[in-house]
Amino acid sequence: MADHTDVLRGLHRAPRVQYPVLTPNMQGFQDAVAAGATEVAVFGSASETFSKKNINCSIDESMLRFEEVINAAKEQHIPVRGYVSCALGCPHEGHVEPSEVAKVATRLYEMGCYEISLGDTIGAGTPGSMVKMLQSVMKEVPVSALAVHCHDTYGQALPNILTALQMGVSVVDAAVAGLGGCPYAPGSSGNVSTEDVLYMLHGMGVETGVNLAQVIEAGDFICSALCRRTNSKVAQAQGRSL
Amino acid sequence: MGNVPTTVKHCLSYDQLLRDYPWLKRWLLEEKTITDHEYPKYVKIVEVGPRDGLQNEKLIDMLSRTGLPVIEATSFVSSKWVPQMADHTDVLRGLHRAPRVQYPVLTPNMQGFQDAVAAGATEVAVFGSASETFSKKNINCSIDESMLRFEEVINAAKEQHIPVRGYVSCALGCPHEGHVEPSEVAKVATRLYEMGCYEISLGDTIGAGTPGSMVKMLQSVMKEVPVSALAVHCHDTYGQALPNILTALQMGVSVVDAAVAGLGGCPYAPGSSGNVSTEDVLYMLHGMGVETGVNLAQVIEAGDFICSALCRRTNSKVAQAQGRSL
Repeated sequence: MADHTDVLRGLHRAPRVQYPVLTPNMQGFQDAVAAGATEVAVFGSASETFSKKNINCSIDESMLRFEEVINAAKEQHIPVRGYVSCALGCPHEGHVEPSEVAKVATRLYEMGCYEISLGDTIGAGTPGSMVKMLQSVMKEVPVSALAVHCHDTYGQALPNILTALQMGVSVVDAAVAGLGGCPYAPGSSGNVSTEDVLYMLHGMGVETGVNLAQVIEAGDFICSALCRRTNSKVAQAQGRSL
Repeated sequence: MGNVPTTVKHCLSYDQLLRDYPWLKRWLLEEKTITDHEYPKYVKIVEVGPRDGLQNEKLIDMLSRTGLPVIEATSFVSSKWVPQMADHTDVLRGLHRAPRVQYPVLTPNMQGFQDAVAAGATEVAVFGSASETFSKKNINCSIDESMLRFEEVINAAKEQHIPVRGYVSCALGCPHEGHVEPSEVAKVATRLYEMGCYEISLGDTIGAGTPGSMVKMLQSVMKEVPVSALAVHCHDTYGQALPNILTALQMGVSVVDAAVAGLGGCPYAPGSSGNVSTEDVLYMLHGMGVETGVNLAQVIEAGDFICSALCRRTNSKVAQAQGRSL
């Protein structure tokens, strides 16, 4: 990630597109602002073990770091998005209580994050656990401020997203060609494919403003460049990036 | 807002209203967040993996021990057209039938039906299409002609007290015609049901369906056929099988077709996948507290076996996540 400054500086910013960047601490935040960032994000965890193993500190300690970042961002009128990982399960702890997810989501929201993205980090969630987790979080955080970030490790991303939409969530995280994410077992997949999410939403008459064909092209490009197969079933069905 | 009447304050500020009546927020949220969807307590899984030319007795044996209530064993199509099905009689005769498991076989016409019965079939299935073009290209006759053939089979089956399941392919799109009208699906489903099929499996043959088209199609079919007699057979070509199945369950469908390791199906484009994986369906249903009576770990083992035997990668994400059949 060493060239993040170059990437941000070199961006050709399209009008009406936001380009948030992750900033785990004040150093990262200051570097990001110096490089021209106009939106940042912080990454919390609903699981104590995951927090310690992933970012080397407890949830409470991470919240203090994020509070610093959020306050600095507020002064510069830079919006902050909050992420909660392990929202539907932890690779170390297994089951994660919905109330723990709600606790972290609420703290991030009350500290000033405009949106909270709830992440199914290991992809173990199902419509059953998604409902329970959202019910808990939605007691404290308005649904208009929630997003879901589902992984497709067990093939559950789309039914989980559908469930979240049915509960009022209207922001969905996805990755072109299903690249990236957080694989925890050999052969397991990570992010849900933007193409597959768009196909479902458009088929349901939901507007996204996004051109699916152009996303497929972008996926085609990056898969060729990385010599990797696309994880998007929609792209595969169209005979792309085999 | 010191000297403004309370009621006006509440009109002006929703936040103020919630602060003054803390119970209201909880009440409103509970009203909103309790999903209206009731899911069936039990879903019957119809395993269609072995039927699509896999013809593997050990696979059927392994599946028979998993708790699956229905396993489609083979297809009595003419071996002239589909040579790999030539040993269907042997497969059926060689079956070790587990108690409480049904082993239906496909019988497209009277010849196939008679061969199936001679080989010991106790349940059969017929395959109609909602698309005229697909019918002609796939089984060489119009929908009406196919219905006459099926009526023969169904009547003969009735005389022998053999239940018949009906399939409607192209329920959410046709590889030739594209969009298929829900009313056309309803027409064929109704005919099959009225002729005597005990269950109608609605198939998204090209996997192009989404929760949007699934709802419309089911609404149309459910005007004529009771939902308890309906099943969905979703393909995962566009990754939509699980959300489509979830949608069908929300509409009251409680029978789902799936194939171990996601093998088989009807691929219409290079690289496209077919059947939805039984493992992935089970993972979702069990996670929702829906009972199926099926042991997921044992289905994963059966998938592991058949993928090794065929030197093929599993299509099941659940199996992949557990490091199987890479």
